[in-house]
Amino acid sequence: MNNIRLIPRLDIKGPNLIKGIQFDGYRVIGTAEEFAELYYRAGADELIYQDVVASLYRRNSLIEIIERTANKIFIPLTVAGGISSIEDIRKILRAGADKVAINTAAIENPKLLSEASKMFGSQCIVSSIEAYRSNNGKYEVWVDYGRENTGVEAVEWAKKVEDLGVGEILLTSINREGMGKGYDIELTHKISSIVSIPVIACGGAGKQKDFTEVIKQGSANAVAAASVFHYYYALPKEGHTMQFKKKELRMGKNIDSGNIDFLKNGYGGQKAITVGTCSIKEVKRELTESGINTRTETFFKSNTE
Amino acid sequence: MNKNNIVIVDYTLGNLYSVKRAFQKVGCEPLISDKKKDILNAQRIVLPGVGAFSAGMKGLEEKDLLDSIKDFAKTGKPILGICLGMQLMMTQSEENGLHEGMNLIKGKVEKFDPPKETNSFKIPHYGWSSVSIPELDDGVTGNPWRATVLDGVAVNSFFYFVHSYYVHTDDPLNSIGVSNYGRNFFTSVLKMGNISGCQFHPELSGERGLQIITNFVSQKY
Repeated sequence: MNNIRLIPRLDIKGPNLIKGIQFDGYRVIGTAEEFAELYYRAGADELIYQDVVASLYRRNSLIEIIERTANKIFIPLTVAGGISSIEDIRKILRAGADKVAINTAAIENPKLLSEASKMFGSQCIVSSIEAYRSNNGKYEVWVDYGRENTGVEAVEWAKKVEDLGVGEILLTSINREGMGKGYDIELTHKISSIVSIPVIACGGAGKQKDFTEVIKQGSANAVAAASVFHYYYALPKEGHTMQFKKKELRMGKNIDSGNIDFLKNGYGGQKAITVGTCSIKEVKRELTESGINTRTETFFKSNTE
Repeated sequence: MNKNNIVIVDYTLGNLYSVKRAFQKVGCEPLISDKKKDILNAQRIVLPGVGAFSAGMKGLEEKDLLDSIKDFAKTGKPILGICLGMQLMMTQSEENGLHEGMNLIKGKVEKFDPPKETNSFKIPHYGWSSVSIPELDDGVTGNPWRATVLDGVAVNSFFYFVHSYYVHTDDPLNSIGVSNYGRNFFTSVLKMGNISGCQFHPELSGERGLQIITNFVSQKY
Protein backbone atom coordinates (compact mmCIF):
# COMPACT_ATOMS: atom_id res chain seq x y z
CA MET A 1 0.00 0.00 0.00
CA ASN A 2 1.07 3.54 -0.67
CA ASN A 3 2.18 5.57 2.35
CA ILE A 4 -0.88 7.35 3.71
CA ARG A 5 -0.47 11.07 4.38
CA LEU A 6 -1.66 12.54 7.66
CA ILE A 7 -2.65 16.19 7.27
CA PRO A 8 -3.64 18.57 10.08
CA ARG A 9 -6.15 21.10 8.81
CA LEU A 10 -5.98 24.58 10.31
CA ASP A 11 -9.08 26.75 9.95
CA ILE A 12 -8.01 30.35 10.29
CA LYS A 13 -9.85 33.56 11.08
CA GLY A 14 -7.68 36.65 11.34
CA PRO A 15 -4.44 35.48 12.96
CA ASN A 16 -6.17 32.75 14.90
CA LEU A 17 -6.53 29.04 14.58
CA ILE A 18 -10.20 28.36 15.21
CA LYS A 19 -12.40 25.31 15.24
CA GLY A 20 -16.12 24.84 15.01
CA ILE A 21 -18.63 22.08 14.58
CA GLN A 22 -20.18 21.60 11.15
CA PHE A 23 -18.58 24.89 10.12
CA ASP A 24 -20.27 26.77 12.94
CA GLY A 25 -19.63 27.97 16.51
CA TYR A 26 -15.95 28.79 16.18
CA ARG A 27 -13.63 28.73 19.16
CA VAL A 28 -10.23 30.34 19.15
CA ILE A 29 -7.54 27.77 19.93
CA GLY A 30 -4.31 29.69 19.41
CA THR A 31 -2.37 31.29 16.60
CA ALA A 32 -2.11 29.49 13.29
CA GLU A 33 1.65 29.71 12.90
CA GLU A 34 2.31 28.36 16.36
CA PHE A 35 0.27 25.26 15.58
CA ALA A 36 1.76 24.88 12.10
CA GLU A 37 5.26 24.71 13.54
CA LEU A 38 4.14 22.33 16.27
CA TYR A 39 2.61 19.98 13.68
CA TYR A 40 5.70 20.16 11.48
CA ARG A 41 7.86 19.06 14.44
CA ALA A 42 5.34 16.39 15.44
CA GLY A 43 5.59 14.59 12.08
CA ALA A 44 2.68 15.95 10.03
CA ASP A 45 3.06 14.97 6.37
CA GLU A 46 1.46 18.14 4.99
CA LEU A 47 -0.64 21.04 6.27
CA ILE A 48 -3.85 22.69 5.10
CA TYR A 49 -4.65 26.35 5.83
CA GLN A 50 -8.32 27.18 5.38
CA ASP A 51 -9.34 30.84 5.52
CA VAL A 52 -12.86 30.52 6.90
CA VAL A 53 -14.23 33.94 6.02
CA ALA A 54 -12.41 34.39 2.72
CA SER A 55 -14.95 32.95 0.37
CA LEU A 56 -17.64 35.28 1.67
CA TYR A 57 -15.52 38.33 0.84
CA ARG A 58 -14.02 36.72 -2.28
CA ARG A 59 -10.49 37.18 -1.08
CA ASN A 60 -7.93 35.20 0.83
CA SER A 61 -6.39 37.10 3.71
CA LEU A 62 -3.69 34.66 4.65
CA ILE A 63 -0.76 36.03 2.62
CA GLU A 64 1.24 37.28 5.61
CA ILE A 65 0.60 34.17 7.67
CA ILE A 66 1.64 32.00 4.71
CA GLU A 67 4.87 33.97 4.30
CA ARG A 68 5.80 33.64 7.95
CA THR A 69 4.89 29.94 8.02
CA ALA A 70 6.79 29.09 4.85
CA ASN A 71 10.03 30.28 6.38
CA LYS A 72 9.66 27.80 9.21
CA ILE A 73 8.11 24.67 7.83
CA PHE A 74 9.41 22.56 4.97
CA ILE A 75 6.52 20.25 4.18
CA PRO A 76 3.78 20.89 1.61
CA LEU A 77 1.31 23.61 2.54
CA THR A 78 -2.10 23.76 0.85
CA VAL A 79 -4.07 26.98 1.14
CA ALA A 80 -7.85 27.21 0.72
CA GLY A 81 -10.48 29.89 0.99
CA GLY A 82 -11.64 32.63 -1.35
CA ILE A 83 -9.31 31.75 -4.22
CA SER A 84 -11.10 32.83 -7.38
CA SER A 85 -8.59 33.76 -10.08
CA ILE A 86 -5.26 32.82 -11.62
CA GLU A 87 -3.83 35.96 -10.04
CA ASP A 88 -5.01 34.86 -6.57
CA ILE A 89 -3.26 31.52 -7.06
CA ARG A 90 -0.05 33.19 -8.20
CA LYS A 91 0.00 35.42 -5.11
CA ILE A 92 -0.58 32.55 -2.72
CA LEU A 93 2.07 30.33 -4.31
CA ARG A 94 4.50 33.21 -4.31
CA ALA A 95 3.87 33.75 -0.61
CA GLY A 96 5.06 30.20 0.01
CA ALA A 97 2.11 27.82 -0.42
CA ASP A 98 2.73 24.70 -2.48
CA LYS A 99 -0.86 23.98 -3.50
CA VAL A 100 -4.20 25.74 -3.50
CA ALA A 101 -7.59 24.17 -2.89
CA ILE A 102 -10.61 25.68 -4.62
CA ASN A 103 -14.30 25.11 -3.91
CA THR A 104 -16.71 28.05 -4.33
CA ALA A 105 -15.05 29.70 -7.34
CA ALA A 106 -14.79 26.37 -9.16
CA ILE A 107 -18.53 25.77 -8.88
CA GLU A 108 -19.16 29.24 -10.28
CA ASN A 109 -16.53 28.90 -12.98
CA PRO A 110 -15.28 25.33 -13.57
CA LYS A 111 -12.86 26.57 -16.23
CA LEU A 112 -10.76 28.08 -13.43
CA LEU A 113 -9.69 24.55 -12.47
CA SER A 114 -8.60 23.59 -15.98
CA GLU A 115 -6.81 26.88 -16.62
CA ALA A 116 -5.05 26.75 -13.26
CA SER A 117 -4.02 23.11 -13.73
CA LYS A 118 -2.51 23.94 -17.11
CA MET A 119 -0.74 27.03 -15.86
CA PHE A 120 0.66 25.80 -12.55
CA GLY A 121 0.53 22.02 -13.09
CA SER A 122 -2.06 19.58 -11.76
CA GLN A 123 0.06 18.80 -8.71
CA CYS A 124 -0.61 22.29 -7.46
CA ILE A 125 -4.40 22.45 -7.86
CA VAL A 126 -6.66 20.69 -5.37
CA SER A 127 -10.41 20.54 -5.77
CA SER A 128 -12.03 21.10 -2.38
CA ILE A 129 -15.43 19.43 -2.23
CA GLU A 130 -17.59 20.10 0.82
CA ALA A 131 -20.51 17.69 0.75
CA TYR A 132 -23.66 17.58 2.85
CA ARG A 133 -25.75 14.45 3.05
CA SER A 134 -29.39 15.42 2.93
CA ASN A 135 -32.22 13.37 4.41
CA ASN A 136 -32.84 11.52 1.15
CA GLY A 137 -29.26 10.20 1.28
CA LYS A 138 -28.05 12.37 -1.56
CA TYR A 139 -24.69 14.14 -1.24
CA GLU A 140 -24.76 17.74 -2.39
CA VAL A 141 -21.93 20.24 -2.79
CA TRP A 142 -22.07 23.26 -0.50
CA VAL A 143 -20.03 26.42 -0.96
CA ASP A 144 -18.99 29.48 1.07
CA TYR A 145 -17.68 27.34 3.94
CA GLY A 146 -20.92 25.46 4.40
CA ARG A 147 -23.26 28.42 4.00
CA GLU A 148 -24.88 27.69 0.67
CA ASN A 149 -26.21 24.58 -1.08
CA THR A 150 -25.49 24.44 -4.80
CA GLY A 151 -27.64 21.39 -5.44
CA VAL A 152 -24.74 19.88 -7.42
CA GLU A 153 -24.39 16.13 -6.86
CA ALA A 154 -21.02 15.49 -5.16
CA VAL A 155 -19.99 12.27 -6.94
CA GLU A 156 -20.73 13.73 -10.38
CA TRP A 157 -18.80 16.88 -9.47
CA ALA A 158 -15.82 14.79 -8.34
CA LYS A 159 -15.71 13.06 -11.72
CA LYS A 160 -15.92 16.42 -13.44
CA VAL A 161 -13.06 18.04 -11.49
CA GLU A 162 -10.86 15.09 -12.36
CA ASP A 163 -11.62 15.68 -16.05
CA LEU A 164 -10.81 19.36 -15.56
CA GLY A 165 -7.28 18.32 -14.60
CA VAL A 166 -6.90 18.83 -10.85
CA GLY A 167 -4.28 16.73 -9.07
CA GLU A 168 -6.28 15.64 -6.03
CA ILE A 169 -9.54 16.07 -4.15
CA LEU A 170 -9.95 17.34 -0.60
CA LEU A 171 -13.28 15.81 0.40
CA THR A 172 -15.00 17.20 3.50
CA SER A 173 -18.19 15.82 5.00
CA ILE A 174 -20.05 18.77 6.49
CA ASN A 175 -22.29 16.46 8.53
CA ARG A 176 -19.29 14.87 10.21
CA GLU A 177 -17.12 17.97 10.49
CA GLY A 178 -16.10 18.72 14.10
CA MET A 179 -18.28 15.91 15.48
CA GLY A 180 -15.55 13.40 16.26
CA LYS A 181 -17.79 10.47 15.35
CA GLY A 182 -15.77 9.17 12.46
CA TYR A 183 -15.38 10.00 8.77
CA ASP A 184 -18.18 9.54 6.25
CA ILE A 185 -17.02 6.19 4.89
CA GLU A 186 -19.75 5.92 2.28
CA LEU A 187 -19.06 9.33 0.77
CA THR A 188 -15.30 8.78 0.73
CA HIS A 189 -15.57 5.35 -0.85
CA LYS A 190 -18.05 6.50 -3.49
CA ILE A 191 -15.72 9.24 -4.65
CA SER A 192 -12.36 7.56 -4.18
CA SER A 193 -13.44 4.52 -6.18
CA ILE A 194 -14.77 6.57 -9.08
CA VAL A 195 -11.78 8.90 -9.61
CA SER A 196 -8.21 7.90 -10.36
CA ILE A 197 -6.64 10.85 -8.53
CA PRO A 198 -5.90 10.82 -4.79
CA VAL A 199 -8.71 11.65 -2.36
CA ILE A 200 -8.01 13.29 1.02
CA ALA A 201 -10.77 12.44 3.48
CA CYS A 202 -11.72 15.20 5.89
CA GLY A 203 -14.27 15.71 8.65
CA GLY A 204 -15.13 13.55 11.62
CA ALA A 205 -11.94 12.13 13.12
CA GLY A 206 -12.34 11.66 16.88
CA LYS A 207 -10.11 8.70 17.68
CA GLN A 208 -7.31 6.60 16.19
CA LYS A 209 -9.62 3.91 14.78
CA ASP A 210 -11.48 6.47 12.66
CA PHE A 211 -8.37 6.97 10.54
CA THR A 212 -7.92 3.25 9.93
CA GLU A 213 -11.56 2.88 8.98
CA VAL A 214 -11.67 5.60 6.35
CA ILE A 215 -8.47 4.29 4.76
CA LYS A 216 -9.47 0.62 4.74
CA GLN A 217 -13.20 0.88 4.08
CA GLY A 218 -13.41 4.34 2.55
CA SER A 219 -10.33 3.92 0.29
CA ALA A 220 -8.99 7.32 1.32
CA ASN A 221 -5.50 8.06 -0.02
CA ALA A 222 -4.77 10.67 2.62
CA VAL A 223 -6.51 11.87 5.77
CA ALA A 224 -7.01 15.36 7.10
CA ALA A 225 -8.10 16.13 10.65
CA ALA A 226 -8.50 19.18 12.86
CA SER A 227 -10.15 18.98 16.31
CA VAL A 228 -8.64 15.61 17.17
CA PHE A 229 -5.15 17.10 16.87
CA HIS A 230 -5.84 20.71 17.90
CA TYR A 231 -7.31 19.75 21.25
CA TYR A 232 -4.53 17.26 21.90
CA TYR A 233 -1.75 19.72 21.28
CA ALA A 234 -3.57 22.60 22.99
CA LEU A 235 -4.20 20.61 26.15
CA PRO A 236 -0.91 20.84 28.07
CA LYS A 237 -1.01 24.62 28.25
CA GLU A 238 -1.69 26.35 31.50
CA GLY A 239 -3.83 29.42 31.82
CA HIS A 240 -4.25 31.79 28.91
CA THR A 241 -2.47 30.71 25.78
CA MET A 242 -2.93 34.05 24.11
CA GLN A 243 -2.48 37.60 25.28
CA PHE A 244 -5.01 39.81 23.61
CA LYS A 245 -3.15 42.92 24.62
CA LYS A 246 -0.60 42.05 21.98
CA LYS A 247 -1.20 44.08 18.86
CA GLU A 248 -0.40 41.32 16.39
CA LEU A 249 -3.18 39.18 17.74
CA ARG A 250 -5.84 41.69 16.92
CA MET A 251 -7.85 41.70 13.75
CA GLY A 252 -7.86 45.18 12.32
CA LYS A 253 -8.55 48.11 14.57
CA ASN A 254 -11.13 46.54 16.78
CA ILE A 255 -10.22 43.61 18.86
CA ASP A 256 -12.30 40.83 17.43
CA SER A 257 -10.95 37.55 18.50
CA GLY A 258 -14.12 35.53 18.52
CA ASN A 259 -15.07 33.02 21.14
CA ILE A 260 -12.14 32.77 23.52
CA ASP A 261 -13.85 30.67 26.20
CA PHE A 262 -11.69 27.74 25.28
CA LEU A 263 -8.55 29.72 25.92
CA LYS A 264 -9.89 31.07 29.19
CA ASN A 265 -11.32 27.90 30.60
CA GLY A 266 -9.31 25.21 28.90
CA TYR A 267 -10.54 21.90 27.73
CA GLY A 268 -12.76 21.18 30.73
CA GLY A 269 -14.67 24.36 30.11
CA GLN A 270 -15.99 23.10 26.83
CA LYS A 271 -18.48 20.39 27.60
CA ALA A 272 -19.84 20.46 24.08
CA ILE A 273 -16.65 19.09 22.57
CA THR A 274 -17.34 15.49 21.72
CA VAL A 275 -14.08 14.88 19.93
CA GLY A 276 -11.48 12.62 21.48
CA THR A 277 -7.86 13.65 21.11
CA CYS A 278 -4.69 11.97 19.95
CA SER A 279 -1.24 12.88 18.76
CA ILE A 280 0.05 12.44 15.22
CA LYS A 281 2.45 9.80 16.53
CA GLU A 282 -0.37 7.81 18.14
CA VAL A 283 -2.36 7.83 14.92
CA LYS A 284 0.64 6.69 12.93
CA ARG A 285 1.30 3.90 15.39
CA GLU A 286 -2.32 2.77 15.13
CA LEU A 287 -2.15 2.81 11.32
CA THR A 288 1.09 0.82 11.32
CA GLU A 289 -0.44 -1.79 13.62
CA SER A 290 -3.39 -2.05 11.23
CA GLY A 291 -1.06 -2.76 8.32
CA ILE A 292 -1.27 0.73 6.82
CA ASN A 293 2.02 2.34 5.77
CA THR A 294 2.90 5.90 6.75
CA ARG A 295 6.00 8.01 6.94
CA THR A 296 7.62 7.06 10.21
CA GLU A 297 10.99 8.06 11.52
CA THR A 298 13.49 5.44 10.53
CA PHE A 299 15.78 3.70 12.95
CA PHE A 300 17.55 1.55 10.43
CA LYS A 301 21.31 1.50 10.22
CA SER A 302 22.64 4.94 9.59
CA ASN A 303 24.46 5.64 6.40
CA THR A 304 27.05 7.71 8.20
CA GLU A 305 30.11 5.73 9.04
CA MET B 1 30.87 26.26 1.78
CA ASN B 2 30.20 28.82 -0.90
CA LYS B 3 26.93 30.29 0.22
CA ASN B 4 26.35 32.63 -2.63
CA ASN B 5 26.30 32.70 -6.37
CA ILE B 6 23.72 29.95 -6.55
CA VAL B 7 21.23 30.35 -9.37
CA ILE B 8 17.76 28.81 -9.42
CA VAL B 9 16.88 28.58 -13.09
CA ASP B 10 13.50 30.14 -13.88
CA TYR B 11 11.97 28.58 -16.98
CA THR B 12 8.41 29.44 -15.85
CA LEU B 13 7.60 25.99 -14.45
CA GLY B 14 8.31 25.34 -10.86
CA ASN B 15 7.85 26.25 -7.25
CA LEU B 16 10.79 28.62 -7.35
CA TYR B 17 9.92 30.33 -4.09
CA SER B 18 9.69 27.17 -2.01
CA VAL B 19 13.08 26.14 -3.38
CA LYS B 20 14.54 29.56 -2.64
CA ARG B 21 13.25 29.52 0.95
CA ALA B 22 14.81 26.13 1.61
CA PHE B 23 18.20 27.42 0.41
CA GLN B 24 17.77 30.48 2.62
CA LYS B 25 17.02 28.22 5.55
CA VAL B 26 20.46 26.61 5.19
CA GLY B 27 22.13 30.00 5.01
CA CYS B 28 22.32 30.73 1.28
CA GLU B 29 20.99 33.61 -0.76
CA PRO B 30 20.19 32.14 -4.17
CA LEU B 31 19.24 34.18 -7.21
CA ILE B 32 16.18 33.27 -9.26
CA SER B 33 17.10 34.03 -12.85
CA ASP B 34 16.32 33.27 -16.47
CA LYS B 35 19.43 34.99 -17.82
CA LYS B 36 22.23 33.14 -19.61
CA LYS B 37 24.85 35.39 -18.07
CA ASP B 38 23.75 34.58 -14.52
CA ILE B 39 23.78 30.85 -15.24
CA LEU B 40 27.25 30.89 -16.75
CA ASN B 41 28.65 33.00 -13.90
CA ALA B 42 27.07 30.88 -11.17
CA GLN B 43 29.00 28.57 -8.87
CA ARG B 44 26.05 26.19 -8.65
CA ILE B 45 22.75 25.95 -10.44
CA VAL B 46 19.45 24.39 -9.47
CA LEU B 47 16.93 23.24 -12.04
CA PRO B 48 13.60 23.02 -10.22
CA GLY B 49 10.37 22.15 -11.92
CA VAL B 50 6.92 20.74 -11.74
CA GLY B 51 4.54 19.99 -14.57
CA ALA B 52 4.81 18.36 -17.99
CA PHE B 53 8.10 17.36 -19.66
CA SER B 54 7.32 18.94 -23.04
CA ALA B 55 6.27 22.21 -21.37
CA GLY B 56 9.55 22.19 -19.43
CA MET B 57 11.66 21.73 -22.57
CA LYS B 58 9.59 24.39 -24.33
CA GLY B 59 10.19 26.80 -21.44
CA LEU B 60 13.96 26.26 -21.64
CA GLU B 61 13.96 26.62 -25.43
CA GLU B 62 11.88 29.78 -25.44
CA LYS B 63 14.18 31.39 -22.90
CA ASP B 64 17.13 30.08 -24.91
CA LEU B 65 18.71 28.48 -21.84
CA LEU B 66 19.45 24.95 -23.13
CA ASP B 67 22.98 25.70 -24.32
CA SER B 68 23.86 27.69 -21.19
CA ILE B 69 22.84 24.79 -18.96
CA LYS B 70 24.75 22.28 -21.10
CA ASP B 71 27.81 24.56 -21.09
CA PHE B 72 27.54 24.98 -17.33
CA ALA B 73 27.42 21.19 -16.92
CA LYS B 74 30.74 20.88 -18.78
CA THR B 75 32.50 23.21 -16.34
CA GLY B 76 32.27 20.59 -13.60
CA LYS B 77 30.42 22.92 -11.23
CA PRO B 78 27.53 21.33 -9.31
CA ILE B 79 24.04 21.11 -10.83
CA LEU B 80 20.99 19.88 -8.96
CA GLY B 81 17.83 18.90 -10.81
CA ILE B 82 14.65 18.57 -8.78
CA CYS B 83 11.65 16.51 -9.94
CA LEU B 84 10.91 17.63 -13.52
CA GLY B 85 14.23 19.48 -13.44
CA MET B 86 15.99 16.12 -13.05
CA GLN B 87 13.85 14.45 -15.72
CA LEU B 88 14.73 17.19 -18.24
CA MET B 89 18.42 16.22 -17.94
CA MET B 90 17.70 12.75 -19.35
CA THR B 91 17.91 11.64 -22.99
CA GLN B 92 14.19 11.36 -23.60
CA SER B 93 10.75 11.10 -22.01
CA GLU B 94 7.66 9.17 -22.98
CA GLU B 95 5.33 11.70 -21.32
CA ASN B 96 2.51 12.41 -23.81
CA GLY B 97 4.49 11.14 -26.79
CA LEU B 98 8.25 10.86 -27.14
CA HIS B 99 10.22 14.04 -26.34
CA GLU B 100 13.93 14.76 -26.44
CA GLY B 101 15.58 15.94 -23.22
CA MET B 102 18.92 17.62 -22.56
CA ASN B 103 20.79 14.32 -22.67
CA LEU B 104 23.19 15.27 -19.87
CA ILE B 105 22.60 11.79 -18.46
CA LYS B 106 21.76 8.81 -20.64
CA GLY B 107 18.41 7.32 -19.85
CA LYS B 108 14.67 7.53 -20.20
CA VAL B 109 11.66 8.95 -18.36
CA GLU B 110 8.88 6.37 -18.16
CA LYS B 111 5.31 6.29 -16.90
CA PHE B 112 4.25 4.47 -13.75
CA ASP B 113 2.37 1.27 -14.26
CA PRO B 114 0.63 0.75 -10.92
CA PRO B 115 -1.50 -2.28 -10.10
CA LYS B 116 -5.11 -1.44 -10.95
CA GLU B 117 -6.75 -3.94 -8.60
CA THR B 118 -6.66 -1.60 -5.62
CA ASN B 119 -7.27 2.07 -4.98
CA SER B 120 -3.95 2.34 -3.16
CA PHE B 121 -1.61 3.35 -5.95
CA LYS B 122 -3.06 6.35 -7.69
CA ILE B 123 -1.32 8.52 -10.25
CA PRO B 124 0.20 11.05 -9.61
CA HIS B 125 2.23 9.48 -6.83
CA TYR B 126 1.71 12.03 -4.05
CA GLY B 127 3.40 11.64 -0.71
CA TRP B 128 6.32 10.36 1.30
CA SER B 129 8.44 7.41 0.21
CA SER B 130 11.70 6.08 1.51
CA VAL B 131 14.99 6.12 -0.36
CA SER B 132 17.39 3.21 -0.18
CA ILE B 133 20.70 2.13 -1.71
CA PRO B 134 20.30 0.22 -5.00
CA GLU B 135 21.48 -3.37 -5.01
CA LEU B 136 24.23 -3.85 -7.53
CA ASP B 137 25.57 -7.17 -8.77
CA ASP B 138 29.17 -6.15 -9.19
CA GLY B 139 29.99 -5.99 -5.51
CA VAL B 140 30.51 -2.27 -5.08
CA THR B 141 31.72 -1.78 -1.52
CA GLY B 142 31.93 1.16 0.85
CA ASN B 143 29.36 3.85 1.32
CA PRO B 144 27.88 4.84 -2.06
CA TRP B 145 26.33 8.00 -0.58
CA ARG B 146 29.60 9.48 0.66
CA ALA B 147 30.29 12.90 -0.89
CA THR B 148 26.91 12.88 -2.66
CA VAL B 149 23.78 14.88 -1.85
CA LEU B 150 22.74 11.90 0.30
CA ASP B 151 25.83 12.08 2.51
CA GLY B 152 24.89 11.58 6.15
CA VAL B 153 21.25 10.77 5.36
CA ALA B 154 19.99 7.58 7.01
CA VAL B 155 19.08 4.78 4.62
CA ASN B 156 15.29 4.52 4.19
CA SER B 157 14.70 8.15 5.11
CA PHE B 158 11.42 9.52 3.79
CA PHE B 159 11.09 12.27 1.19
CA TYR B 160 8.12 13.99 -0.44
CA PHE B 161 7.27 13.02 -4.02
CA VAL B 162 4.76 14.31 -6.59
CA HIS B 163 5.11 12.68 -10.01
CA SER B 164 3.53 10.41 -12.60
CA TYR B 165 6.76 9.57 -14.44
CA TYR B 166 10.11 8.32 -13.26
CA VAL B 167 13.69 8.13 -14.44
CA HIS B 168 15.50 5.03 -15.68
CA THR B 169 19.25 5.56 -16.14
CA ASP B 170 21.07 3.52 -18.80
CA ASP B 171 24.09 3.16 -16.51
CA PRO B 172 22.96 1.62 -13.21
CA LEU B 173 25.87 3.33 -11.47
CA ASN B 174 24.20 6.72 -12.10
CA SER B 175 21.37 5.62 -9.84
CA ILE B 176 22.45 6.11 -6.22
CA GLY B 177 19.05 6.15 -4.50
CA VAL B 178 15.99 4.05 -5.29
CA SER B 179 12.36 4.14 -4.18
CA ASN B 180 9.31 2.05 -4.84
CA TYR B 181 5.75 2.81 -5.88
CA GLY B 182 3.34 0.02 -6.71
CA ARG B 183 5.34 -2.52 -8.66
CA ASN B 184 7.86 0.00 -9.91
CA PHE B 185 11.29 0.49 -8.36
CA PHE B 186 12.75 3.68 -9.70
CA THR B 187 15.71 6.00 -9.43
CA SER B 188 14.89 8.66 -6.86
CA VAL B 189 18.42 10.09 -6.65
CA LEU B 190 20.95 10.14 -9.44
CA LYS B 191 24.52 11.30 -9.74
CA MET B 192 26.99 11.53 -12.56
CA GLY B 193 30.07 13.58 -11.80
CA ASN B 194 28.97 17.12 -11.00
CA ILE B 195 25.32 16.42 -11.88
CA SER B 196 22.88 15.40 -9.15
CA GLY B 197 19.17 14.93 -9.36
CA CYS B 198 16.35 13.96 -7.07
CA GLN B 199 12.86 12.92 -8.03
CA PHE B 200 11.48 14.06 -4.68
CA HIS B 201 11.27 17.63 -3.47
CA PRO B 202 14.00 18.30 -0.90
CA GLU B 203 12.41 21.71 -0.25
CA LEU B 204 9.25 19.93 0.95
CA SER B 205 10.87 17.03 2.76
CA GLY B 206 11.44 18.45 6.21
CA GLU B 207 14.81 18.29 7.95
CA ARG B 208 16.07 15.44 5.75
CA GLY B 209 15.34 17.51 2.68
CA LEU B 210 17.28 20.43 4.11
CA GLN B 211 20.19 18.03 4.66
CA ILE B 212 20.19 17.29 0.91
CA ILE B 213 20.35 21.00 0.15
CA THR B 214 23.15 21.55 2.68
CA ASN B 215 25.08 18.71 1.04
CA PHE B 216 24.58 20.21 -2.40
CA VAL B 217 25.87 23.64 -1.40
CA SER B 218 28.85 22.04 0.39
CA GLN B 219 29.88 19.89 -2.56
CA LYS B 220 33.45 20.54 -3.60
CA TYR B 221 34.47 20.75 -7.23
